[in-house]
Amino acid sequence: MFALGLTGLLVRRNLMLMLMSIEVMLNAAGLAFVVAGARWMQPDGQIMFIFILSSAAAEVAVGLALVLQLYHHHKSLDADAISEMRG
Amino acid sequence: MLHLLWLIPALPFAGAFVLIVFGPRLPKRAVAIIGPGVIAVAGVITILIAISFLRTPPPNHAYTQELWTWFDVGGFHPHIGLYLDALSLLMTLVVTFVGFLIHWYSTEFMDGDEGYSRFFAYMNLFVAAMLMLLLGDNLLLLFLGWEGVGLCSYLLIGFWYQDWANCVAARKAFIVTRVGDVAMTLGLLLLFTHLGTLDIQDLMHRALTQWPVGSSLAVWAGFLLLGGAVGKSAQLPLQTWLPDAMAGPTPTSALIHAATMVTAGVYLIARTHVLFSLAPAAQTAVAVVGIATLILAGFAALTQWDLKRILAYSTVSQIGYMFLALGVGAWSAALFHFMTHAFFKALLFLGAGIVINACHHEHSIFKMGGLRKQLPVAFWTFLIAGCSLAGLPLITAGFYSKGLIIYESRAAANGSTTLWTLAVIGVLLTSLYTFRMIFVTFFGEPKTHVEHKPGYSMKIPCIVLAVLSVIGGFVETPRFLGDAHFFTDFLHTTLPAVIPGSAGMSELGSELWVTLAFVVGLVVSYYLYMVNPALVEAITAPALSKALHRFWFSDWGMDWLYDHLFVRPVVWFAHVDRRDFIDGFYNGCAALSRGIYRGLRTTETGRVRWYAAGIVFGSIVFVAIVLLV
Repeated sequence: MFALGLTGLLVRRNLMLMLMSIEVMLNAAGLAFVVAGARWMQPDGQIMFIFILSSAAAEVAVGLALVLQLYHHHKSLDADAISEMRG
Repeated sequence: MLHLLWLIPALPFAGAFVLIVFGPRLPKRAVAIIGPGVIAVAGVITILIAISFLRTPPPNHAYTQELWTWFDVGGFHPHIGLYLDALSLLMTLVVTFVGFLIHWYSTEFMDGDEGYSRFFAYMNLFVAAMLMLLLGDNLLLLFLGWEGVGLCSYLLIGFWYQDWANCVAARKAFIVTRVGDVAMTLGLLLLFTHLGTLDIQDLMHRALTQWPVGSSLAVWAGFLLLGGAVGKSAQLPLQTWLPDAMAGPTPTSALIHAATMVTAGVYLIARTHVLFSLAPAAQTAVAVVGIATLILAGFAALTQWDLKRILAYSTVSQIGYMFLALGVGAWSAALFHFMTHAFFKALLFLGAGIVINACHHEHSIFKMGGLRKQLPVAFWTFLIAGCSLAGLPLITAGFYSKGLIIYESRAAANGSTTLWTLAVIGVLLTSLYTFRMIFVTFFGEPKTHVEHKPGYSMKIPCIVLAVLSVIGGFVETPRFLGDAHFFTDFLHTTLPAVIPGSAGMSELGSELWVTLAFVVGLVVSYYLYMVNPALVEAITAPALSKALHRFWFSDWGMDWLYDHLFVRPVVWFAHVDRRDFIDGFYNGCAALSRGIYRGLRTTETGRVRWYAAGIVFGSIVFVAIVLLV
């Protein structure tokens, strides 16, 4: 599932879908924690998942705000078209 | 009262700090109050301390205030400590008092200058450093103040830094005095390695017990300290920086390059007089340097046309008198001349500032003339100061201080007839160039229109200094004229009395010769510049005297000599050697990082997905390393 998200991040050009791919990766990591917690009968895994969930919510809020601003400026959500910062 | 001693250097320092940090944002009135104000408060504290010092003298007539330990390295732990005795008290009084008057004068003189607060910041910092130099209880602290005044001198000479010539003059002053400072640093190292301390009183005590008179170490130390003193006090052979230092604002010239800083060398030698008594060769060298400088600078002053340069050479020449006095062991006579010189020379510069301001910043005395009627206050105060400088008998302070030095140059054990004769010729020269300057500037036909008349802030300091230039001499008079010796009595707790030699002449006789030299100088310059100016042309017309004039005008060709001997070879070498391997190393570093930058900037594409891929790739490599290794 992590690899699925990663691949999505690398191949997709739409910023919304890239954000969604990042969510998928975060959930993959969360799932791994929960599974590990269930395997060793520890509550830590679930606690970590709650952490990941909350940070993901914050990340989505910031990410969506940025995407909104970028869309206002460029009228596009193509990540490759918005490559302005060339060295 | 004495425990307030630390405030004396601290207040000007605080003033400088405030003006440096907040100066540009403060209104001008505030700057004009803070700048002179801190000096005035320091001056009042000095006077209070002086009163309590005289009423109830501390034990041994010296007061030490240890503030804190500066640093502690390998058994060497100099204190930040202040040491007050008669010598430093006298110098502190003069520095704060004359310093305050000059600050006050500057509030009007610098009016309208865009660097107003910067000027007062530098001036306050200068006074703070000078007081540190005077009150420091060890040679290292003295050296800190010594370098501090050098720095301020550099900053103030180059104050109008938009003009390239001023920057060159500032650089010259800094580098030339640095030559002397190297000698002084070596002297300090020598004293520390052999005597194990830099605390002045300890040092003098140990030198007295460990070194016999005339031992080679004492002579070396004396010569090295003399090197430092010669650099700072603009004596032969390092005097060339002082005339160029006149590029700074005139109050700076008055404060730093006439009244206070240039006498630091005199103070250093007086402070370490024990050392010089142990090294007769070094002490004789002091006298020789002094007498040679005063004669050479006198001749150079005769040929200058720039008002401030005449005064600069005259300063060099008068400090020569002080060195002469130190060299023959007349310590308090040197300090006496320091005090009177501080009054009348500061006044001469302040008067020159008024004149130059009034004449559209014209420096040439031959383009002035007839200013007597238009600037009466400047004329009268300038005349009084000039008479004091030349030594007008009986009335002026300069007569008493200079007469004492000249008498001692023969009567003291180290004195000789040659020194005495040359010193009297020096009086003749002084009188000649002083009255040449006064006659040409203030008498004759008016050549310029006076546009800027001085206000009260400029007049009052001049008048106060004029009064002091007259009455300052009555504290020490010759035996046949009242026999006052308050000054020597005041200083005898610190500085020993003169060792009398086989005097070949009475004090009266010596003073009569001085008077004669003064009168001859006055009459000759009156004749040449008032009665028969054509004669001056006739004298300077022949080729020989023209060459001599040029030679003296260029300060005996010293600048030319140094330029060809030191400056040009160094510049040439720097030019030839500018592609040496050290530069190659640094240029190589720069080229390498430029290459790396070129390679790396291609990765900076601005494509987010490339960055994500980079992160993934990097993580894989990292994890692989952790797992496999």
